[in-house]
Amino acid sequence: MKQTLEAILKDHPFVKDLNPKHLHLLIGCAANIRIEQGKYLFKENQPAENFFFIRKGQIAIESFIPGKGQITIQTVDDGDILGWSWLIPPYKWHFDAKATTPVRAITLDAKCLRTKCEKDFELGYEMMKRVAYLMENRLQATRLQLLDFYGN
Amino acid sequence: METNNFDKILPKPFIVKKFKKETHDTFTIDLISKSSKFDFKPGQFNMLYLFGIGEVPVSISGNAQNAKTFIHTIRSVGTVTKKISKIKSGSVIGVRGPFGSHWPIEEAKGKNILIIAGGIGLAPLRPVIYNILDQRKSFNKVALLYGARSMNDILYYKELETWRAKLDFDLHVTVDRGDKNWRGEVGVVTTLIKKISMDWNNTIAFICGPEIMMRFVLEELLDLGMKENEIYISMERNMKCAVGICGHCQIGKEFVCKDGPVFKFSRMKDYFLKREL
Repeated sequence: MKQTLEAILKDHPFVKDLNPKHLHLLIGCAANIRIEQGKYLFKENQPAENFFFIRKGQIAIESFIPGKGQITIQTVDDGDILGWSWLIPPYKWHFDAKATTPVRAITLDAKCLRTKCEKDFELGYEMMKRVAYLMENRLQATRLQLLDFYGN
Repeated sequence: METNNFDKILPKPFIVKKFKKETHDTFTIDLISKSSKFDFKPGQFNMLYLFGIGEVPVSISGNAQNAKTFIHTIRSVGTVTKKISKIKSGSVIGVRGPFGSHWPIEEAKGKNILIIAGGIGLAPLRPVIYNILDQRKSFNKVALLYGARSMNDILYYKELETWRAKLDFDLHVTVDRGDKNWRGEVGVVTTLIKKISMDWNNTIAFICGPEIMMRFVLEELLDLGMKENEIYISMERNMKCAVGICGHCQIGKEFVCKDGPVFKFSRMKDYFLKREL
């Protein structure tokens, strides 16, 4: 049975307790997508035109380091959100994102959502809060990685 | 008794039967002795004495069932372990032990088991995994989450592959730094916890790794609703006597050598965040 975007999105932790009006605004900017293994979702310096709710599969967040090649900094997978650069000027990606397995995701059009956030400050605040929470989690995880604790 | 105490502080000669390089800084040695028994419980450790150099506590990482050798996986970090890393098969090494408390595998029967290891912390937990797999039906869900610095730092790579292939063993491995050869997950071990679906009220957790890793893992597990007395941690301290006399390994009133190294978190929680202990 084909699930509607609403059915898929409403159970996602990112939109938990979001009021139905805002959820519908979100859905208006959303599309269901599939990404083949090995494909890049975006690359560093490209405009951040969307963000992703990963339904199934794994994505590697990478950076190119001269002399070392592509280095994976983090992986995200089922249930995770990919990308916050869409919300913060200059709306450009800072890393590459590659599907390391076949991926099913919901993508949200950033321009569409930013426009709605500017018109509806409540939605904008909700998005900011939720993205800030996500960023805080990622920042903590990155700090732990920087501690290099297995090596000590 | 005096004789027993004397036995405990007198190293017995063991022969290095086998030496295996595990990673760039980690190796495994198998020790044999004609006169010794190899009875130990998962989580216990031996004091290994390199004559003329010094003695170090090292957890036993082999199978406790019908053990015919003492297997130790060691990371080469200090004077003694660096010297041991250059030891050849047939050399003699002094052994005292086994010492300390063990992982409560019997208590875990009928429950879910979550094993979380970081870096060399997988070594003291390997006997637990062997034991659980030997009597798999006695336990509910079993999961192992393992974090390492990089792909080249992953311990027991082949065994991890074997365990991962089992349908009743949930295994996730993550590394801090991924390169083009690593196709698995990248991130700290705490990020793996969300992948596990268990009834946290019927789960027992065994954690071993650097203390800072355990701190963050504990936070996550307590947030999930796990009880403090269902979480077991293995502590590490420099040791001298290993029999609870010298106080070298003491944390508060606890002797890591004698009361530990495996502790219920509820017993250690007051010391855990205390600095300079």
